[in-house]
Amino acid sequence: MKPSPFGYSRPASVDEALSTLAAHGSNAKVLAGGQSLLPILSMRLAAPHHLVDINRLTELDYVRLDASTVRVGALARHARVLADTAARVAQPLLAQALRLVAHATIRNRGTTVGSIVHADPSGEMTAVLALLGGSVRVASKSAHRDVPADEFFLGALESAVAPGELALEASFPVLGPRSGTAFVEVSRRQGDYAVCGVGALVELDGDGALSSARTAYLSVSATPLVLDVSEAGEDFAAAAALAHEQVDPEADIHATADYRRHLAGVLTERALRAAHAGAVERSAHG
Amino acid sequence: MADEEHFDVQLVVNGAAHNVRVPARRLLSDCIRHDLRLTGTHVGCEHGVCGACTVLVDGVAMRSCLLLAVSVDGSRITTVEGLTERDGTLSPVQQAFEDCHGLQCGFCTPGFLTTITAGLRTNPDPTQDEARDLIGGNLCRCTGYQNIVKSVLRAAEIERERAAP
Amino acid sequence: MTTKMFGEPIARVEDDRLVRGHGAYLDDLGHDALAAAFVRSPHAHAEVLDIDVTGALEVEGLLAIYTYEDLPDRLAEPLPLLIPHPSLTHGRTQYALARDVVNHVGEPIVMVVARDRYLAEDAAERIIVSYRPLPAVVGIDAARAAEHLVHPDVPGNVAANMMQRVGDVDAALRNAPHVLELDLSIERSASTPMEGRGVLARWDPESHRLRLWTSTQTSTGVRAAVAAKLGLALVDVDVITPDVGGGFGVKIMHPWPEEVLVPWSAQLLGQPVKFVEDRREHFISSAHERAQQHHVRVGFDDEGQLLGLDVRFWHDHGAYIPYGLIVPIITSTQLVGPYKPGAYRVEFDSLYTNTVIVTPYRGAGRPQGVFVMERTMDAIAAELGLDRTVVRERNFIRPDEMPYDHGLVFQDGRPLIYDSGDYPTSLEKLKKLVGWDDFAAVRDAARAEGRRVGIGLACYVEGTGVGPYEGGHVVVEPSGKVKVATGLTSQGQGHQTVFAQIVADELGVPMADIEVVTGDTRRFGYAVGTFASRAAVMSGSAIHLAARAAREKALKVAADALEADPDDLEIVDGIVRVVGVPGAEISLGTVAVLSNPLRYAFDDAAKAATQFAVGDTGKPPVPEDEEPGIEGRDYFSPMQSTFASGMHAVVVETDPDTAEIKILRYCVVHDCGLLINPRIVEGQIHGGVAQGVGGALYERMAYDEAGQLQNASFMDFLMPYVSEVPERIEIDHLETPSPLNPLGIKGAGEAGVIPGAAAFAAAIEDAEGFPITAMPISPSELFELRRLHSKGLST
Repeated sequence: MKPSPFGYSRPASVDEALSTLAAHGSNAKVLAGGQSLLPILSMRLAAPHHLVDINRLTELDYVRLDASTVRVGALARHARVLADTAARVAQPLLAQALRLVAHATIRNRGTTVGSIVHADPSGEMTAVLALLGGSVRVASKSAHRDVPADEFFLGALESAVAPGELALEASFPVLGPRSGTAFVEVSRRQGDYAVCGVGALVELDGDGALSSARTAYLSVSATPLVLDVSEAGEDFAAAAALAHEQVDPEADIHATADYRRHLAGVLTERALRAAHAGAVERSAHG
Repeated sequence: MADEEHFDVQLVVNGAAHNVRVPARRLLSDCIRHDLRLTGTHVGCEHGVCGACTVLVDGVAMRSCLLLAVSVDGSRITTVEGLTERDGTLSPVQQAFEDCHGLQCGFCTPGFLTTITAGLRTNPDPTQDEARDLIGGNLCRCTGYQNIVKSVLRAAEIERERAAP
Repeated sequence: MTTKMFGEPIARVEDDRLVRGHGAYLDDLGHDALAAAFVRSPHAHAEVLDIDVTGALEVEGLLAIYTYEDLPDRLAEPLPLLIPHPSLTHGRTQYALARDVVNHVGEPIVMVVARDRYLAEDAAERIIVSYRPLPAVVGIDAARAAEHLVHPDVPGNVAANMMQRVGDVDAALRNAPHVLELDLSIERSASTPMEGRGVLARWDPESHRLRLWTSTQTSTGVRAAVAAKLGLALVDVDVITPDVGGGFGVKIMHPWPEEVLVPWSAQLLGQPVKFVEDRREHFISSAHERAQQHHVRVGFDDEGQLLGLDVRFWHDHGAYIPYGLIVPIITSTQLVGPYKPGAYRVEFDSLYTNTVIVTPYRGAGRPQGVFVMERTMDAIAAELGLDRTVVRERNFIRPDEMPYDHGLVFQDGRPLIYDSGDYPTSLEKLKKLVGWDDFAAVRDAARAEGRRVGIGLACYVEGTGVGPYEGGHVVVEPSGKVKVATGLTSQGQGHQTVFAQIVADELGVPMADIEVVTGDTRRFGYAVGTFASRAAVMSGSAIHLAARAAREKALKVAADALEADPDDLEIVDGIVRVVGVPGAEISLGTVAVLSNPLRYAFDDAAKAATQFAVGDTGKPPVPEDEEPGIEGRDYFSPMQSTFASGMHAVVVETDPDTAEIKILRYCVVHDCGLLINPRIVEGQIHGGVAQGVGGALYERMAYDEAGQLQNASFMDFLMPYVSEVPERIEIDHLETPSPLNPLGIKGAGEAGVIPGAAAFAAAIEDAEGFPITAMPISPSELFELRRLHSKGLST
């Protein structure tokens, strides 16, 4: 289990990185945290000709917050994002999901943006971006573009980042005043990819009644599935039934499709309940 | 096939500077073990799941099998060999493992020792649950973890005993 | 007074080195060695048509490529069938490199040697093998159906059919007031040590000697196999077992193809060669175990007393059967556990499949046997409406019936006779520890809150310390230090510590002065290996006897020097002294010097033993029938195995919605005779229990129909992390000494894992209210069972 040979460059600036990526086109792969990439290389499931290591681009190692958005730079490690108190307060779903991403040692190196670009349907942060309706800033040598979440995930392990491009930043809208979030999942072992996971975002109106409820799902579809279950109101069992109806998961060695679908229902109810409680509490302190 | 391009890499490992020349694909775990011949760091899976190869990179616990040596050029690395005090005294975590029968075959042990060392810096007084959480990403096939959890708690205790005037 | 070491829970002497990172495991050695990698079959069953190595030749740093065609003489023959048996009528073993057919994914076809492993893998990747795929036989059902054959000359895929019987089981079942039939199965798992296999060979062309380091459970076995395959004399082959990162059975299998190919290539290339198995290779080219299906018919009376037990089972041994029938024979015989089964008949088929070979994994057929017997006990209890412990109690062999002869033949070819044990007391202890009698109330209270909890228990008897023998060597150095050697190997059990404890007591020397070496043929050439919970019983006893011989010799020499009677001497802290005569003493080191009459003095101490200093000129310097030195060598070869036993109880909670299974309590009562070091025994139990949890709830080899192992990584083969094991494993010991060895001990290495699957199945069944007949079980499977039994659908 040793990687095939590859060329390597370690640009010192974003511009240099973009030039290098442009030069190598589809033969190049970006190395950020590498926590998903390295196993793939070592198992020789992929053999890129060239790695562009962005670990020196310290200008991308940030978590920034403004009135409406939490911005996470491409070199911000999961651990850093998880530990960012201001970000956690502004958008609690980030930390609620990040604590479920692998194990602490992996979070010390793996990057949040990297895991989004990796577009693994069982990756928590893909669901978070999709649920919150965030976006990813993608740059090439010639242009920058912001790709909204619903256009970012093209398929399993396939994102909108094209050859020659680099994802610079992921943006997550901050949580509204009368809103709450939750992220729950069932995994075989703690830290494993989820058999099924559900993120929930609940918003209340001025009277404290539920005005909007959305859920996002892990491991049940090729790209993050987001459902609007507002119509069920506070009948979370009904929302669970909606989810149960709408997901169409596949079986694998860990779970049957029916079990996954069942979990999608159960976890929908649990996540909505917790998110609703969060919204109620936030409204009270609001 | 032409020889691969090699890169000069400097690593400060356990306080000593090392200069090695490695191909880009050289895993940090192999570099530490075979280029620097510090074989205390072990490789149990080479896909980042078992934690046996965990070292501290600039003080932070990371899987050395999931890092390219060239990518951490210029870093300070601590391996299990570097946990021991300069006078040869076992570190609190090492001592705790010996006190609590925290190891059997010893193969996974270095990864636990480095992980716990870093963890106790962040949380010097863990509860039982926190101790379990701290070692949650490391596999051991021998001990059933019972005495490793004890070792975490005992290490914290030794740390305090040694710090006491 | 020297503290008695036997029975003390002292810290291990191994640990200082290991916690410093100074252990020396296989891949920590031979940095200058060439690296081997293998082209392995991607097909479960295929004809090998052509091997094209052209592409590999351009890889820089390539030294050699070998295929079957290159193998000389004995290396070209199939690898040995290690344990032949009269019932094993169709034994087939693999070639070191596949000849014309491959029979499982992972079977080695081409060996590549290069400057390092990266380059060796580069070359291996460029070798193109053409195959003609053949239909794969995967799983017991396919093997039994035999629509396709693994080996064309093995009809029905059956390597062996074996039957044992005691009494007339047909009559017993015919006449029994109650008869139940059950189908019970267990899936594949594997030892999965943290360190895979590995071998390093250094050939010295000048002395014509081979030195081999291998991560094995039997260095003497590897030596014999390699010497035979390479045509070398045993004395010209040294096999050294370095630190071994766990074995759990898989490393008792030998010789692996790599263990003969690596030394052969080292000989050819004149350079050291090393093979270090990677994790994927370990999954697809080492050994698995456990897969068996069983059909049980049991007859019993109204009290739950067994009258007849008829067990038919099918054992999946994979593509080849190098380790013989050991695993299914153990299931056959250990299945009866602590019970009197009445009339008993057991019959099995050992079946070929196109999957990785099966050799013993910790427990070795016992987890399956215990699963069958304990599920049967629970079924009887359910049928009669009796408490599960009552049914067991009524069938126990009583302590006053020991030794108890089952009338069966055990895995060592000897009668299955239990030497000792007290099962009723064990059960009492377990019931008390887990709170068995109060549990009904706990369960009801939980149900009232909408929670599902359940309790299960399982009992086992484990034949430990099987023969044929082990030996020990003890020598006192002139420094007074004691060097001990035994031939079997260590993989983390703490042998250095417990063997030193035994020697410390016998020789009266401090632990710090004793060094124990295991698994090095240079130090001890006669041995069998470490398996079957035998190291403490076999080598422990042998070392005890060797130390006793050394002690007797020391006392004799000291008695001469002190002009005392040997019976008046004692050894305390390395000093031999005359009891009750202060000052009349001599150090063991000096005794060692005096025991070796010298011509030459090399230091001050040695002067005392030179020819002008000592000796009665009327006698030969070394008395007749004696040897120089304070040294003892002895062997222990008992008539039969000792039988350890134990019982586990587990309390689980199953989530009514997600079907997740949580462990609330795990209790163990364990009887391995007298404990040499309770701390080490408990460590063995902890590790075994964790593997039992893995085997019950997480670990399985997921083969698809084509014979591809779908979870050949730690990502998908779910070995438990700390988060999956019980927070506390509660242990109570019972010590019924074995009469079969001088120390009164029985083995403890495997026990912890044995009853896991059975106990968890019982607890889940208790929580859910429907039968659990197949293990392991995942939440997904529990969910599907709930649907099948029309329960628990919450959405």
